[in-house]
Amino acid sequence: MEVDTVFFTDHSGRVNSNPLLDQLPSYQSLLYRRKSSTAGPKRKGSSKARRSSSGSGKWAVNTVNRNEEKQKTLTLQRPIRELAKSMAEKRRNKTQCLENDQGLSSWRQWKQNTGRHLRRLRDDAQEWLSYLQLWRGDIHLIEGMFGTGILSYFSFLRFLVMLNLIIFVLVFSFVMLPIIIAPHAGGNITYNQNDGSNCSVYPSSARRGLVNFHEHITDLLSGGGFLEQTYLFYGYYKADKIHFPWTTYNLPLAYLLATVAYLFLSLVWIVKRSATGFKRNLIQDEDRFQSFCNKIFAGWDFCITNENAARLKRSSLLYELKTDLEEERIKQKIADRTRKQKCRIYLIRFILNLFVIGVLAACFYSIYIATIFSQEAQMSTVKVNFIVDLIFEYLPSIVITMANFITPLLFSFIINFEDYSPAFEIRFTLMRCVFMRLTSIGVLLFSLWSQITNCEKGSCVCGYNDKLYSCWETRVGQEMYKLTIFDFIIIIAVTIFVEFPRKLIVNYCDCGLAKWWGQQEFSIPQNVLEIVYGQTICWIGTFYCPVLPAICTIKYFFIFYVKKVSLIKNCRPSTRPFRASSSNFFFLGVLLIGLLLACVPVTVSVAQINSSRACGPFVNYTTSWEVLPSTVSKLPQGIKGLLFALASEAFAVSFFVITCLAMFYVIALAGAHKRVINQLREQLVMEGRDKRFLIQKLCQAQKISAIRSPVSKSQPRTSRSSPSYHTSFSNNFDEAVFLAHSPPDSSTHV
Amino acid sequence: MGTTASQLGKDLLSEYQELTFLTKQEILLAHKRFTELLNKDEKDHTARVSMNTILTLPELKSNPFKERICHVFSTSENKDGGLTFEDFLDLLSAFSDSATLEIKSHYAFRIFDFDDDGTLDYGDLEKLVNCLTGETQDTRLTSEEMRQLISNILEESDIDKDGTVNLSEFQHVISRSPDFVSSFKIVL
Repeated sequence: MEVDTVFFTDHSGRVNSNPLLDQLPSYQSLLYRRKSSTAGPKRKGSSKARRSSSGSGKWAVNTVNRNEEKQKTLTLQRPIRELAKSMAEKRRNKTQCLENDQGLSSWRQWKQNTGRHLRRLRDDAQEWLSYLQLWRGDIHLIEGMFGTGILSYFSFLRFLVMLNLIIFVLVFSFVMLPIIIAPHAGGNITYNQNDGSNCSVYPSSARRGLVNFHEHITDLLSGGGFLEQTYLFYGYYKADKIHFPWTTYNLPLAYLLATVAYLFLSLVWIVKRSATGFKRNLIQDEDRFQSFCNKIFAGWDFCITNENAARLKRSSLLYELKTDLEEERIKQKIADRTRKQKCRIYLIRFILNLFVIGVLAACFYSIYIATIFSQEAQMSTVKVNFIVDLIFEYLPSIVITMANFITPLLFSFIINFEDYSPAFEIRFTLMRCVFMRLTSIGVLLFSLWSQITNCEKGSCVCGYNDKLYSCWETRVGQEMYKLTIFDFIIIIAVTIFVEFPRKLIVNYCDCGLAKWWGQQEFSIPQNVLEIVYGQTICWIGTFYCPVLPAICTIKYFFIFYVKKVSLIKNCRPSTRPFRASSSNFFFLGVLLIGLLLACVPVTVSVAQINSSRACGPFVNYTTSWEVLPSTVSKLPQGIKGLLFALASEAFAVSFFVITCLAMFYVIALAGAHKRVINQLREQLVMEGRDKRFLIQKLCQAQKISAIRSPVSKSQPRTSRSSPSYHTSFSNNFDEAVFLAHSPPDSSTHV
Repeated sequence: MGTTASQLGKDLLSEYQELTFLTKQEILLAHKRFTELLNKDEKDHTARVSMNTILTLPELKSNPFKERICHVFSTSENKDGGLTFEDFLDLLSAFSDSATLEIKSHYAFRIFDFDDDGTLDYGDLEKLVNCLTGETQDTRLTSEEMRQLISNILEESDIDKDGTVNLSEFQHVISRSPDFVSSFKIVL
């Protein structure tokens, strides 16, 4: 009656094939899932064989039944298609389900049937809706050819197209539409009155007399001339109130609220989109040490159908693995650094950072100079000739583009000497580029602002330089318009005149230089920076140039195709891979920085700088923001009281306190979760240790029993692959069967 | 191929829709592609296409795990990796956009389990890494690197420290790997 006799030894000494081990709970779950790997009829056969060999049919039948029962409950709980089984088994499950249903009341049956139909209807509807999605086919194609990293860039582009479209619809319906429909709907528009002061003189810039064709082009590219007095720019919206028969529309208020609304909408949308990415990032960050598993288990992109892309993917994976292993070694090296080496590296980094700051400062200064020069050139009435004028007009854009082209090259060269770890190198270069890109817009705006508020001879009666900038908002709008157009032109020109010839040269020229140069890499970070830069300009410009979102929508629409063609024809994917998960968050993070940056100048100009006296909806107000308080003061007492209460300190303080409390609660919760996770992890390790201990014990017991009972040796051996369930030599028969009887299909377990 | 819809039959089609994650269009497309692989004379839905023929599909051609995928989804008696149309649908369903993470990780585990023993041990991981980086001599990791890499993987994923990765450990790792769902996908 010793426990040892229960166990049967395998003479190869392998613990794995011990039937008892198969009964461990962790193993059971595995086997249950693995059952699907064997076909139905075969399974039946093997279980039949087992029944006869075990000599205890009752037990076997019982367990099998119990298993089936378990499966049945499982299948009832969730849709059949979520089971990892072959089609035949799923079908059997389904008929079983239906048979079960027969026994149910007709009401239940009806309910289940309608549920099923509704589900199918919903699936069909979703399928139809997905057809409406923009660029579905293109994005599929790109995904198939280049994998998910590059796909995320294109879906980001699609997101921006949608965002700009929505912003445009918003601005259009609240600002432009009332003006357009007013004459047709019996409304009349009261315009802002000129009070005859100096400030309200707005000289027309439209060309008079014979207009040359090239002048039209200049106007189209610079937003001046005939374009200045159109829906395109701020200055055109002179209406103060629109009187419809049924109501009065306050256009200045609508203009301001539309501005606030589009900024807020963008914020909410981006935050909502990035929330999932952010969550993932948090999980990943917490769990840094899972990076190797991610690369190995989730490394292959199964979408890839292109042989070339597959080869690239392989080499990039290899490269990534090697650099990661290298990184570990580098970390080791960093830890082993002597003090002298450390000092040297810090000194080098310090000097290089100074150098970078110097480069940035030089870039910003040249942007500043270029802007001021360009503004002065535009003001002067002397026109040199068509081309030179155009270059003067576009000087700031040209300088910004040049700076953005040169600095990334410089930064990626410098970073080699700074001796960071490879992953940090990339991130740091990127951060510098982001800073460069977005700050250059800031510098441009700053120089414009200094020009606008710069009054010579103390003649600032209107609060801005009214001699040169009689309608400064339109001027800013024109600058933004020019930046957008120029950006678009540059993107297309680079594709056609740089990337395409480069590909031709590399393909058809055999000299070493061309080979060394290689095909253009499609580097995702740089491309994303490019479009985020455009989007930031769009956000800033929409206040001054309400049609800009529509222009940006069209621009991104075409850029999508340009980039797609360029990617397929001209470029090769970057050897340095870009992960879809991290990239989504990175894109939106950079976009968020762009949005915040865009908010600053818009807020300053709305709240601080005096609005133009000669044009635009806010003529009657000192600053644009004033329209809001004056509207509130006209509201009925109750609402006014409520709004004032909301804006009061008492409310702000209490709101702040409540937010703080909520935050503390969340922080405490997070801490508790972390502790629980750690405890569970420890528990798991303990369990593992227990298991190993038990296995060792088992092995010992088997050895002993093998020595003691030579009977087992005389037993006919079954082949390795077929199951062996030996239970004969035991006094307590039932227990032995129970212990040694493994669940069905352990046969696959060799 | 003619009208594929009539060949499949409406009842069968809706049944497949219910049993897989595929939409009607996808099933029809799959059927069209599958019948193209079949010989002219065998048109019933139990006909089996050999593994080599299946692997001529461009969607699988450049996949380093193509043989494993066929073996895992095959219900063939003699383990030759041949697929019937229903096996093929199972395959596409597991790799489809809307399949759950559990299904995907389950099949991924079986694909990576090269010796079919229910756990990922050192040998499986080594083969897996070699599949990912390519088999040729210059693309392989050196044995020292391989050892380091696999010990890193085991350190990260082997929670109960028994030297192998079992299904639940694998699913745990996968659930924390954000790229998996988007990359474990085959679209016809």
